[in-house]
Order: sequence, then structure tokens, then C-alpha cells
Amino acid sequence: MDLNQLLFGVYPYIALAVLAVGSVVRFDREPYTWRTGSSQLLRRRQLMTGSVLFHLGVLMIFAGHFVGLLTPIWIWDALGVPHAAKQMLAMVAGGVAGLFALVGGSLLLHRRLFDPRIRANSSFGDTAILVLLMLQLLLGLSTIPVSFQHRDGAEMLKFMNWAQGVFLFRPHVADFVADTQFVFKAHLTLGMTILLVFPFTRLVHMLSAPVWYLNRRGWQLVRTRRTLPRRPAALAPTYATIPAARPAPVTREEAAK
Amino acid sequence: MKVRAQIGMVLNLDKCIGCHTCSVTCKNVWTTRQGVEYAWFNNVETKPGVGYPKDWENQKRWNGGWVRKANGRIEPRMGAKWRILAKIFANPDLPEIDDYYEPFDFDYGHLQTAPEMKAFPTARPRSKITGERMEKIEWGPNWEEILGGEFKKRSADYNFEGVEKEIYGQFEQTFMMYLPRLCEHCLNPACVAACPSGAIYKREEDGIVLIDQDKCRGWRMCVSACPYKKIYYNWESGKSEKCTFCFPRIEVGQPTVCSETCVGRIRYLGVLLYDADRIEAAAAEPDEKELYQAQLDVFLDPFDPAVIDQARRDGVPEAWLEAARRSPVYKMAIDWKIAFPLHPEYRTLPMVWYVPPLSPIQSAASAGALEMDGEMPDVRSLRIPVRYLANLLTAGNEPPVVLALERMLAMRSYMRAKTVDGRIDHGIAERVGLTAAQVDEMYRYMAIANYEDRFVIPTTHREAAEDAYDLKGSCGFTFGNGCSGGRTELGLFGPNKRSRAPTTAEVE
Repeated sequence: MDLNQLLFGVYPYIALAVLAVGSVVRFDREPYTWRTGSSQLLRRRQLMTGSVLFHLGVLMIFAGHFVGLLTPIWIWDALGVPHAAKQMLAMVAGGVAGLFALVGGSLLLHRRLFDPRIRANSSFGDTAILVLLMLQLLLGLSTIPVSFQHRDGAEMLKFMNWAQGVFLFRPHVADFVADTQFVFKAHLTLGMTILLVFPFTRLVHMLSAPVWYLNRRGWQLVRTRRTLPRRPAALAPTYATIPAARPAPVTREEAAK
Repeated sequence: MKVRAQIGMVLNLDKCIGCHTCSVTCKNVWTTRQGVEYAWFNNVETKPGVGYPKDWENQKRWNGGWVRKANGRIEPRMGAKWRILAKIFANPDLPEIDDYYEPFDFDYGHLQTAPEMKAFPTARPRSKITGERMEKIEWGPNWEEILGGEFKKRSADYNFEGVEKEIYGQFEQTFMMYLPRLCEHCLNPACVAACPSGAIYKREEDGIVLIDQDKCRGWRMCVSACPYKKIYYNWESGKSEKCTFCFPRIEVGQPTVCSETCVGRIRYLGVLLYDADRIEAAAAEPDEKELYQAQLDVFLDPFDPAVIDQARRDGVPEAWLEAARRSPVYKMAIDWKIAFPLHPEYRTLPMVWYVPPLSPIQSAASAGALEMDGEMPDVRSLRIPVRYLANLLTAGNEPPVVLALERMLAMRSYMRAKTVDGRIDHGIAERVGLTAAQVDEMYRYMAIANYEDRFVIPTTHREAAEDAYDLKGSCGFTFGNGCSGGRTELGLFGPNKRSRAPTTAEVE
């Protein structure tokens, strides 16, 4: 098995498996460690602009990759989007979002490395994951000039085939990207590495993005130990009564049940 | 009507001596851990002053509490849900730790390890955040103790609104009072409403507001939403923490640590019955000055057969109904109306109430300098301006505060007549709308303040919901993951942060 096969045929599955299993295990066994790890309380400076730009940029990039790579090409064709146009959209939108994230991330990285309060309270993981993300961002941005030479979208199609092939368990999926340029391969490899370390870092907070808050009925939450007969929704517009979480597990063995 | 019970608290500020025993015992029990060393679930402020954290009462700055919208409904001052969610990347309403104070410790170890030197070794301060030396300590949790600091800064106190404050900067005119503060365990908590994770909740059985440490993700909206700034972000664990009302003690019928250890016996704990269906309307009362009365109207008479009947149907245990009838909090807040909620204008319907303090009066009265209203001195001549107290306790509505102060003065006159002259003066009691028997009872509760009168706490009926067998050998109160604190030597998911410079003496 050559390196190409290992990196793009096997490694994706290792990374995705660790991502999935690791996240579930952490959520189940170590819920107390599952948090954003915000350091805003310690230092507001640089975070206000940095964090907003960084998060917006990263979210846009994430959505772009997700939709761009995993939407089957026949859907794009059915929608009448030419490959060249899709390639151009990816470069422009990705470039803008990447710039957002780059500016924001630089502010955050500078703060993390040089603010005495933040530096003293950063774990290895906090700093390392930010460095990894910034490297990945730079790699991603540096693919844009390269992509500029493949404006027909053929190169892009290879990565779409590869990414979709991974999820469809296609054999020899690594062959799709075998002849692409080094910068793309580096970007893919580092990307999978980030997925691999995901469950062991603060990145897990993105799985808890509290979007469902928008749908919360009313404002208040009351927990009770009793089992209540459900009140009709119309009678309790504001005060939703939810049953208490199951009693705290007693031993490790019982918690695992 | 939906009857619920809550353990409320009353603090008799007239007897608070500002000794901080409550704060210190609370800290020793709850917040000696790294990350919350700056947090005081209970703190005692000297008023007037900007308080802890600085300027906490200024909701224009911190956006805490609720606002009533034009359509008559309320929403958190931080905004609607999407507005709150839009702040999760960077929360503009969040205080920085310097607004509380930078936590520090002293180099005590140096006192033991210093070599022979010309100068006497000293224990210099070190930051608990960075481990670096702090050349100058700029602020602390009780920086304004007993009017410390200049009047100009202290007078930024929000409660001076509508008061000609300049004259109180003069030495002869100055006044002060202590204000012990803790989580209010509100009926309409803004922290619960603002928590995007749904980690904060109010317990139906006893009204205690808690943060589920396993569900908290550290979005830190609660810190901003709480107008009392009584939720603290643990910068080490990344979770928010707050006063737990010592629920493990309350559940077994013991008073909270702050109440138990109060040397002045100023704290009272008792059951209040309230109608959960009236909360929303009360919190949306259009006139801020009527919010105090609106909250009173939420409470139910524990002697009313209809209330008792409904309470039983809503599952309030019999012992709680009995406790509600003997509740010192009910007596002080509702019967005698001498206790008030702290800043009702925040619309959170707080459940820790305060008896306003009398201020120096007798020496001035005997010197003839005080205006007398009949036999009693006019409370408006007290050293602490009534308006100031009203801004603190009734959103500026003065008459209820005046009546409370008059009742407390009447109690003194009545007891003086009774013990010195040996006569029962019904006139004094009636003039302030009480009976002699009520004043006698007030005296017993407020002056004598026996332990069993102050604390009437029914135990929680956990047996109804839990199987005691499952609790066999359990961990008791712990953080996070059952018996584990969430951190191990080689923890895969977030090992301990690197240790800071030691500031404690190392014993060999």
C-alpha cells in the first residue's frame, strides 16, 4: 500500500471513526469537560473583533466545504450550474470567508500567545488546535492561486468524487486525488488530522451550538422530581415543566449502562 | 391557580454589622477552587458604593434583567432569543474579571524560605491568574468597605437617583449601610431565560435555581442576564457557577451556611407559597413602582383553605404547608410588610428580601434636632434618605418603605413603654396599622430572633422520587462526572492546565 492509498484511502476512515466514537465517548463519560472554554472573562481586548470574525469566517468555510464537496455533481448539473462557475464561486466565497477567518484567527492567536493572562491559562490543546486551524487556513487560502489555473472545475470534481466516495465506501477512493498537486494533498491531510483530534480539543463545543434555543417554548425552565401529568400546551405558554434528568449515576459501572 | 412552594430568605439589614462571616463561611464551603477564587456567592457591600462587580446595578451598561416591551410582554434586556444567540461569539455585555477584581494571593512561602537579609521579608501579592507579581492591587471584592475611597467615585451608586447627593459627601451628613448579597433565586429568573443550553433551571419543589454543570457549555449569557451579577464564570472549568442556596443542607432541613453562621442573626428562611400562573403578569406590570405590590400579589395565603386545597392537588407536601404557616419570611414580607425585594424594577421577582435599616436617630432626637411626628420621630429625618432605600428596595416607591421604618420605630417605642414604663401602649401599634400582639411577635422575631423562629425549613421528600438503594455508596456533592471531577492525570479530554507559580508555603 503506497502513501497515497494510506493517506486518502485509509486515513479518512480512521479520522472519521475517531471523530464519531471519541465525541460520543466524551459526551457520555466526561460531560463536565464539554465546553467552549471561553477566555473572554479574563481578557476582552482583541477577542471581541477576533472571535466574531474568526467564527463567522470558519462557519462560512465549513458550510462551503460541506455543500461544495458533498453535494453530488448531478444535482449541480440539474440546477444548471456549470462546473467553471462552481469553481469560481468556491474561490471567491472561500477567499472572502478565509480572509475573515485569517484576520480574526490572527488576532486570537496573537492574544493566546502574547497576552500574559491568556497564555498562562492555555492548555497545550488550546494553543495547538488554534495553530492547526491557522495552518489549515493558510493552506486552504494558498490553494486559491493554484485553483485559478484549473478554472474549468475538473480538479474540483476530483475532490468532490473523493469526498463523496469516502462516505459511499467506494473502493480505490484514493485514486481520485492521486495526481493532484501537493498543496491540495497537504490541505486534505491536515483537514483529516483536525477531524482526528477534534474530540480531544475544545472544538467539541461546535456540536453543542445552541440553535434549538430559538425554538424554546417561552423563557423559563422548571425541573421537578415528581412525574407530572402533562399540562396541555395551551395552558402553559411560558413555563415548560420538564422532568428532572435521571438521578445522578452512582458508580462508573452504572453510569455505563 | 398553580401552587408552588419556595424557600425564601429575609435579611434584616437593621441588624447587619458587616462582619462578613456569611461571605467567608460561604467561600470556604463553595468557592475556594481555582477559577472561582474571584467569585463570592455571598458578599457584603457597603452602600453607597458601586459594589461588586463595579457598577452592577447599572443595567444600561450590563443589560441585565428584563424589560417590558410596548406590546406588554417582557423579554430579557439583552434582547430576544436571536439577539442573545448573536452574542455567543463575543458577548458585549460580559464584565471582565477586573470589574470584579484580579484574584491574588500572597507569597507566604517567602516568609519561611527567605535567606538572612537586611530588610524584613515580606509576602508580596501574586496574581492567581498569571502567577506574576502584582505591583499594586487596584481593586478587591470589598474595596469600598465602610465608605472607603472618595465620595465622588462611590456616589456613582445608582440608588442616588432622585437624591441630592452632593450634601452626603460632607462628613457630617454622610451615611452608610451594609448590603449582603447573594443569588435571589428569582421567580422569573433572567439567567434561566438567557441560557442557550437550557442548563439553568428552577426546582419546582423548593424554588432553588441551579446550573446543571454537565449541560453548561460556557456560552456565558447568564452572567450578563443576571441583573444582580450573581452568576460567575469559572475561568478554569469554563462553566458558570452560582449560589446553590446550600441545597444539600436545605434538603435536610438545615439553614444555608450564610444563615447558619450569621452572628447578628439577621437571616431568616421560610416557605412562601406562590401562584405560578400569576408570575408572568406580575413581571409585566406596567408601572415599575407597582412591581413590589405585583410581586406581593403572587404570594398565596397559607391559611386560606382554597389555597391549601389546591396546594395539595399540586403536590405540595403537608409538611411544607405547615411550614408555610409558620414561615418567618411570610410574616415579615407579607404580614408585617417590613421586608422588600431587592430592585424589583429588574422584573425578576427576587426571593431574597430585605428589612431596611434604621439609621442614627436617638441622639439627634434628644438634642431636639429631629422633627417629631407625634410621639415618633419622622422617618424622613433619618440619616439614610428614604428615597435611597426606596430606590434599592421598591423601585423608588417611598410609602411602603416609610411604613416599614415607622413600624420598626413603633416596635421600639412600644417595647420601651412595655419594659420601662410597664404599660401596653395599644395606640403606638395601631398608629402603624398593627396590633399589640403583632408588635410583640415582631419583637420576638426581630430582636430575640431565636434559631427555631428564624429557620423553618421542611425537609425535601426525596423518597418520593428516588430509590435510596440507588444512592448507596454514592459520591454526595461532586462536580461533573459522577465521582470524577472531570480531570485525571492523563485525561484525554482536557488535562489540567499547567500549574501556576506557587503562593502557598510548602511544608516539608
